[in-house]
Amino acid sequence: MKETVISTSALTKRFGDFVAVNEISFDVYKGEVFGFLGANGAGKTTAMRMLCGLSIPSSGNASIAGFDVYRQTEDIKKHIGYMSQKFSLYEDLTVLENIRFFGGIYGLSNQQLRLKAEELIEQLGLQKETKKLVGSLPLGWKQKLSFSVAVIHQPKIVFLDEPTGGVDPVTRRQFWDLIYQAADNGVTVFVTTHYMDEAEYCGRVSIMVDGKIEALDTPGNLKKQFGSDSMDDVFYKLARGAKRGE
Amino acid sequence: MITLQNISKWYGKEKTLAVDSVSLSIPKGELFGLIGPDGAGKTSIFRMLTTVLLPDGGSATVNGFDVVKDYHQIRNCVGYMPGKFSLYPDLSIEENLNFFATIFNTTVEENYDLIKDIYIQIEPFKKRRAGQLSGGMKQKLALCCALIHKPTVLFLDEPTTGVDPVSRKEFWEMLKRLKAQGITILVSTPYMDEATLCDRIALIQNGKILSVETPDKIRAAYPDPLFAIKSDNMSDLLKILRSHPLVKNSYAFGEFAHATFKNEFLQEKDLGELLRHENLTAVELKRTEATIEDCFIQLLSA
Repeated sequence: MKETVISTSALTKRFGDFVAVNEISFDVYKGEVFGFLGANGAGKTTAMRMLCGLSIPSSGNASIAGFDVYRQTEDIKKHIGYMSQKFSLYEDLTVLENIRFFGGIYGLSNQQLRLKAEELIEQLGLQKETKKLVGSLPLGWKQKLSFSVAVIHQPKIVFLDEPTGGVDPVTRRQFWDLIYQAADNGVTVFVTTHYMDEAEYCGRVSIMVDGKIEALDTPGNLKKQFGSDSMDDVFYKLARGAKRGE
Repeated sequence: MITLQNISKWYGKEKTLAVDSVSLSIPKGELFGLIGPDGAGKTSIFRMLTTVLLPDGGSATVNGFDVVKDYHQIRNCVGYMPGKFSLYPDLSIEENLNFFATIFNTTVEENYDLIKDIYIQIEPFKKRRAGQLSGGMKQKLALCCALIHKPTVLFLDEPTTGVDPVSRKEFWEMLKRLKAQGITILVSTPYMDEATLCDRIALIQNGKILSVETPDKIRAAYPDPLFAIKSDNMSDLLKILRSHPLVKNSYAFGEFAHATFKNEFLQEKDLGELLRHENLTAVELKRTEATIEDCFIQLLSA
């Protein structure tokens, strides 16, 4: 029996008359790499904010790592990790300071922090950079560090919002190695991306159009279903009909 | 027409080289792409060519004007859309557009033809403040403002970063129409698939140009036979390829793994046999053409 870590049913968010997220229902399982795709403005960010306990839904239900999105938002925040391309680390703190800061916020003890920091720095090969300001690191390193910090408290789920935007193709692949490693360790990875080749790296993929989930399956099955030879084409067929601009 | 001769830029006390002696020549009417990741030096090149940043070495011209001496003339004839949204957030769509037209001593009406296709998409919201627009609408407004004085050269710094694949396709359709009007376009992007839409591209990394050619020629110059391999267990397949003594380079590529081999005489059936020995099932292996992304990876690892 697969363990369900995210479960939503008819989850909805309205802003006035505007239905940003319209009755989405889906389950995500432990250790899965789940791709959450959609055009700009389809409602991905709003949905993700609800799943992270940052925004209370208008109706419907969802349970994240076993906690309710209406009543247990603080518990949700403790059991998830989050990384976005826009905000991730403090540029004016050093590598080590960032690790300590985020680890501390997530309630790691001093001893755990020391061990984790060492392990993480070695894993990323940042031994010579521990005292450097994060702002001076190349973007690819920042992103890898930012991911490692997001899973420092061994969360059940990590949410990644366009984690690989702007980096070179080699670094992008190294980043996916980290994702797979986390998934192998039982962390569920929930990821958004505009790179359609990365959609192929996900176990299952959902595609949102105008607030609804219009398709959800493995990349292979989606391609069969839409008679496409690439995820790019699947995405195009679904999203070009979108009524909603951003 | 744009030329760069050994142009360089460094920053800070440590004199970190952002642009390292870059030379390029872009003829009139070309759609030229600067393709490379964040930090490669793309934005510094854009800023030097649009005269908002002084080079530390070398020289460059736009439409025959020198970027240092003739900055007045250059500013009058180029349009620049920076990667970071730089319009006035407190002015409405309409006000921003009028402002830029006025600065260049022209009117929106005079050059409306050029922006019409793009402007009608945001016109319903013309009273809305620019700061309150969505990403896609900001991008369209910025393009309109960059075009309103009918520039002969257009500089677009990562116009499609963070934009979904459908909107990206639409944006490139717009660029094609602008090119058809004779405008020279220099555009940068981190998306390798957009490279094929340019007439010529420069692959750039760490301030250096790795290669300048038409996309087809860059792809044709890929040095090794490239194979696409699939198995029902992708992560095992990648691990095996990475540690296999005959494999030169291997990496995930969508639903396939791409690999090159040290022995270039190996044929498809030999390779298939070789991988089946590794306890992989459902192995599918075929020769494939290199994409721009493969070329970039190859150049980075060379």
